[in-house]
Amino acid sequence: MPARASEFLAGLIFGIGLLLSGMTDPAKVLGFLDIFGAWDPSLALVMGGAIGVGLIGFGLARRRTHALLGGPMPLPATRPVDGRLILGSLLFGAGWGLAGFCPGPALVNLAAGEPAALPFVAAMLAGMALHALLDRRG
Amino acid sequence: MSIDWTHFTPWSALAGGVLIGLAATLLVLCNGRILGISGIVGGLLRPGNDRGWRIAFLLGLFSAPFVYAALAPADRVAAPVIDAGWGTLALAGLLVGYGTRLGSGCTSGHGVCGLSRRSPRSLAATLAFIGAGVAVVFVVRHVPG
Repeated sequence: MPARASEFLAGLIFGIGLLLSGMTDPAKVLGFLDIFGAWDPSLALVMGGAIGVGLIGFGLARRRTHALLGGPMPLPATRPVDGRLILGSLLFGAGWGLAGFCPGPALVNLAAGEPAALPFVAAMLAGMALHALLDRRG
Repeated sequence: MSIDWTHFTPWSALAGGVLIGLAATLLVLCNGRILGISGIVGGLLRPGNDRGWRIAFLLGLFSAPFVYAALAPADRVAAPVIDAGWGTLALAGLLVGYGTRLGSGCTSGHGVCGLSRRSPRSLAATLAFIGAGVAVVFVVRHVPG
């Protein structure tokens, strides 16, 4: 299988997983984050299922130096937990809690023609570009 | 805390999660890439030439709603419920875009791949973004005024 085919397939399976799990619906994501209201634990099971499989997959990957279709395996991060990691994750979480969208589900909604995904994705790309710009200067 | 039994969907959540884990496994084992959406998209906004795999992945992701609609029973294809207005959506998008790049990852990269790799950085990031999300939803829904 050519590398491009497995990359395409990974994107497709990931997207179908998001749709099947209900995570493309911001109401379900907000229902999970609303632990002080009527709590919908579904997102925890999505994470549990994904990590359950991922522990096996990444365990296999760790024993290899190269991917099956070529290219080196990504090395684990050796950087410590720092302020950028925490501040960035707090900002991301705040945006996630405001709209119920994280990047993957927002892109799937955009592809499906959901109008509300448009301002979100446009602003998300602007935020990413802003970071790239500031990062290059600093 | 009370569980919202009418909206809780344990089996489809678990099955969808398994598919997400399989996708991340496929991408790392076959291609040596981390399935992190903010990293994949953010990499396209920087100079560099490792674009092919990002574009192939995103084309697959964009195909998902059409393949899903063709495969799934009609009652499982529900339109998402989005209450936020365009201003809120734009502010949220800006925070998500900038925050995920500053924090080097989002729900998929840190929450799924990073935790599967037992990365302490990803655990810290995941606790931070879930904590912030919970706090914002609490303020929006439960703080009067």
